[in-house]
Amino acid sequence: MKKTMISSTSGAGWRAGLLALAFVPALALAHEETGQATGLLAGLAHPVSGLDHVLAMIAVGLWGAVLGPPAIWVLPVAFPLVMAMGGLIGLLGFPLPGVEIGIALSAIALGVVVLAEARPPLWLAALFVAFFAVFHGHAHGRELPEGASALLYSLGFVIATGLLHAVGILIGEAHRWDAGRRLIRAAGGGVALGGLFFLWRAVA
Amino acid sequence: MAGRGVTPRGGRTLGFTATAAVAAPTHAHLVETGFGAFYDGVAHVALTPADLLLVIALALFAGQRGTQAARWTLFALPVAWLTGGVLGAHLPVQSTFPLLTTLTFGFAGALIAFDLKLHAAAVTVLALVAGLVHGGVNGATMAPGGASLLGLTGAVTAVFCVLAILSAQVTTLQAGWTRVAVRVAGSWIAASGLLMLGWLAR
Repeated sequence: MKKTMISSTSGAGWRAGLLALAFVPALALAHEETGQATGLLAGLAHPVSGLDHVLAMIAVGLWGAVLGPPAIWVLPVAFPLVMAMGGLIGLLGFPLPGVEIGIALSAIALGVVVLAEARPPLWLAALFVAFFAVFHGHAHGRELPEGASALLYSLGFVIATGLLHAVGILIGEAHRWDAGRRLIRAAGGGVALGGLFFLWRAVA
Repeated sequence: MAGRGVTPRGGRTLGFTATAAVAAPTHAHLVETGFGAFYDGVAHVALTPADLLLVIALALFAGQRGTQAARWTLFALPVAWLTGGVLGAHLPVQSTFPLLTTLTFGFAGALIAFDLKLHAAAVTVLALVAGLVHGGVNGATMAPGGASLLGLTGAVTAVFCVLAILSAQVTTLQAGWTRVAVRVAGSWIAASGLLMLGWLAR
């Protein structure tokens, strides 16, 4: 009998402890994720969440690999800067008409130059890529999740975009071999087709 | 064994201990590592993106500009940071001055991306200005949060260590893709700065 009472009151002690835990306010802070890690992760995830952006960024890397040095590093250095300019324009409130169409066109155009193995002068290639970078920055650079750190979101966004370029460059290295060259051209064609699909969606 | 179960007092004690273990943080201005003011200062730099980006950017740029620039910067930036911190602690305002800090790391990132051939003295001047700005902001924000000179010393030590390790690595890089990677990193830092300027203007 005594053992039963002890066990019962011990259970009451546990219940009291658990009840006290339920009143700890930290457990109720669950409305939204906030803070620096959220910003960085959201920024890293954002560029890979849209296939149109992914296709165009990989195509930039592919084209860089096709063009070889110095374009292979000029394009990845120039693109984030110009893309950020586009983001800055968007954040400052300047409208850019046809952003989604511009992004779809970027995939088509970049896919076509990879498919055709176009080799314009460096300045023209950089200008070509920079023109489309503005659309990507304007559309994607200003979609900050509520409560996230703006700086870390921006950093994550830029890093993820740069890593997509790196993926394109790595795949593009297959261009050194005949079979790889055909594969890269086919990939360019695939990117262009994807761009056509996104253009249809943007216009429809 | 049943008789040796948890007593009522034990149950209550366990309950209160568990409650204390998950108590809500105080959300103070400074990161509290639990290892004292010095390490709180170290953590402050590590967890303040604008500060960390500036130190990384200056380390990369100084390394890019050669051994002499890296050596001068290695001592100019921490000294300026400490001086700025001491001065900033006496500022009547408590602000992170995000526009100033964004401009400094963004500008340093752009210098790396463009691989601008600045003289070592110019790199040092840049480090001095940037150190005064970021150190000043550290002082202005850390002092009201309860940080002492020891905390500021921790921040400066973190700056010195990151700068020494990174700039030394970059000075050893030969021409090739690794130096290109440094320029790409600078481009990413500058791009983040540009976007941040947009957020600030919004």
